[in-house]
Amino acid sequence: MATKVVERKPLSIWERSYLPQIVGGLKITFKNMFKPTVTLEYPEERPEIPPGYRGVPTLVRDPNGREKCVSCQLCEFVCPPKAIRITPGEIPEESESRHVEKGPQEFEINMLRCIYCGLCQEVCPEEAIWLQDIYSFTGYSREEMVNDKQKLYELGGTLPDPYYKWDRKKQAELEGNPHH
Amino acid sequence: MAIKEVSIGDISARGAAAEQEFQGEHLVVNMGPSHPATHGVLRLKLELDGETVTKCEPVVGYLHRGDEKIAENMTYNQFVPYTDRLDYLGPIHNNVTFAMAVEKLAGLEVPPRCQAIRLLCCELARVQSHLLGVGVYAMDCGSITAFMYTFTEREKIYSLLEQLCGARFTTSYTRIGGLQRDIPDGWLGNVRKVVDEMEPVLDELDALITRNRIFYDRTVGLGVISKEDAIAYGLTGPNLRGSGVALDLRKDDPYLGYENYEFDVPIGSTGDCYDRWLVRMVELRESLKIIKQVIDSMPDGPWYAEEAKKIFAPRKDKVMTSMEELIQNFMIVTEGPQIPEGEVYFEAENPKGLLGFYIVSKGGGVPYRMKIRSPSFCNLSILPKLVPGHMVADIPVILGSFDFVMGECDR
Ligand code: SF4
Ligand code: SF4
Repeated sequence: MATKVVERKPLSIWERSYLPQIVGGLKITFKNMFKPTVTLEYPEERPEIPPGYRGVPTLVRDPNGREKCVSCQLCEFVCPPKAIRITPGEIPEESESRHVEKGPQEFEINMLRCIYCGLCQEVCPEEAIWLQDIYSFTGYSREEMVNDKQKLYELGGTLPDPYYKWDRKKQAELEGNPHH
Repeated sequence: MAIKEVSIGDISARGAAAEQEFQGEHLVVNMGPSHPATHGVLRLKLELDGETVTKCEPVVGYLHRGDEKIAENMTYNQFVPYTDRLDYLGPIHNNVTFAMAVEKLAGLEVPPRCQAIRLLCCELARVQSHLLGVGVYAMDCGSITAFMYTFTEREKIYSLLEQLCGARFTTSYTRIGGLQRDIPDGWLGNVRKVVDEMEPVLDELDALITRNRIFYDRTVGLGVISKEDAIAYGLTGPNLRGSGVALDLRKDDPYLGYENYEFDVPIGSTGDCYDRWLVRMVELRESLKIIKQVIDSMPDGPWYAEEAKKIFAPRKDKVMTSMEELIQNFMIVTEGPQIPEGEVYFEAENPKGLLGFYIVSKGGGVPYRMKIRSPSFCNLSILPKLVPGHMVADIPVILGSFDFVMGECDR
């Protein structure tokens, strides 16, 4: 086993005189003075957000503008601090989101409870809920911090959909192969 | 004429009278729970004789959230975010330890790539935690500059974690049987860059603090913990090694493949505050050494246990396209990863010491009972023995040298 006893020698008379510390300390200070700054002038300057960042959870639409969430409530179930509340509802016949049977009538995420863990995004079988790059979310009242469905869609916008799950299912059904 | 009454002689006479009156009385002082010189919400009930502490009683529990009870009400994966909040100075290590405890219960071995990524994360957490530990320690001794330098480096690790898992602080990176996601492209290069930049900063820190006479005089011979005491009080981590006991689970009971990497375990010789500083500084360098080795030997392959179909939820592309995997996803999320009945205790060498999870399972996806052995709690248990005899002004130094975190102590 490779153990090593840490080296520990008493200070020499030279070191006890404070002088090397003062000189060395000043040297380090001056060196750091001319290094580029590491801080940001927030909020004028904003940090760069890497892809896959876990910001405020939002709901997204598919590129056809249709609602993706099918109100399966899996995210509501998994959310550890129980920040999500969903009321499922039927989708009216004439709605453009009618390609699925169910959708959320109400969808609320309480940002006072949310811990940005990303589990909701991870479990969603429709890729409907996304934690995007909003990292500072504030409000003046508690009510303001509860995002309702409309707000969630506003924040979420549209994301590309590589699957078009339900359209493909429909296609398969038309071709007589419902269990693709 | 009233002015005449207050003469110097009177004051000293009154002083003498007061001295007589309070002779032998001990003063009880509360240090904390929110005191600038304590880390987090620790309260010390001190009994003072003049400036000397005669009795010290730590009062803990101000940050108690009942994590162990909370765990009984949720699936194993849902508990991962809660482990972030144990030792929040190196959260990703808690994630790894917890996942490994549950995997041990399930008898599941994760693939080599997953192990290597986890190991890399563990060492990053150690660096992250020790950087704060030494920085705050230096600050407690009066050197705020050193703290700024270490925090600058810590910030870089935050950025790395942000790229890795999407969050800077509360990582929640592991899942039972795998990880949240694979490492992003080019990430290892970024890690290497940060590690390379960190070494000169550690040299600077050494130059600033380690051979600094003020720091040296302040810490040498202070808070000496003997080998026997350290073992008797269940100290672990750098605090134990500072007292000269070479217990490091990475060497003694290797997990995650630590046996394949070259590194030394530093131990102290006297067990004083200075030794604990030295041990942490050397450990930082050793961790950087390990990180470099992991980067060079990062294996390819799957990053989650593919065969554990009842434990690790299927990949998203499968969930989106196949009915079978969709159902599987629903099952794992709602019922939790299926862990067999049994009991397990697993501990790992966290930055602060041995973090252990004792889990009782009655089968299914929710633990029946969980107990967390938190290193900070055990480390603090020595304070009533250690602090008496020291001056009040020495307490911040002793606490700084312990590098504890209350989120984990109180859990
Ligand atoms: S990010 Fe986590 S806490 Fe927030 S809504 Fe999603 S699951 Fe809930
Ligand atoms: S957001 Fe996703 S997981 Fe949540 S209810 Fe909608 S479809 Fe289900």
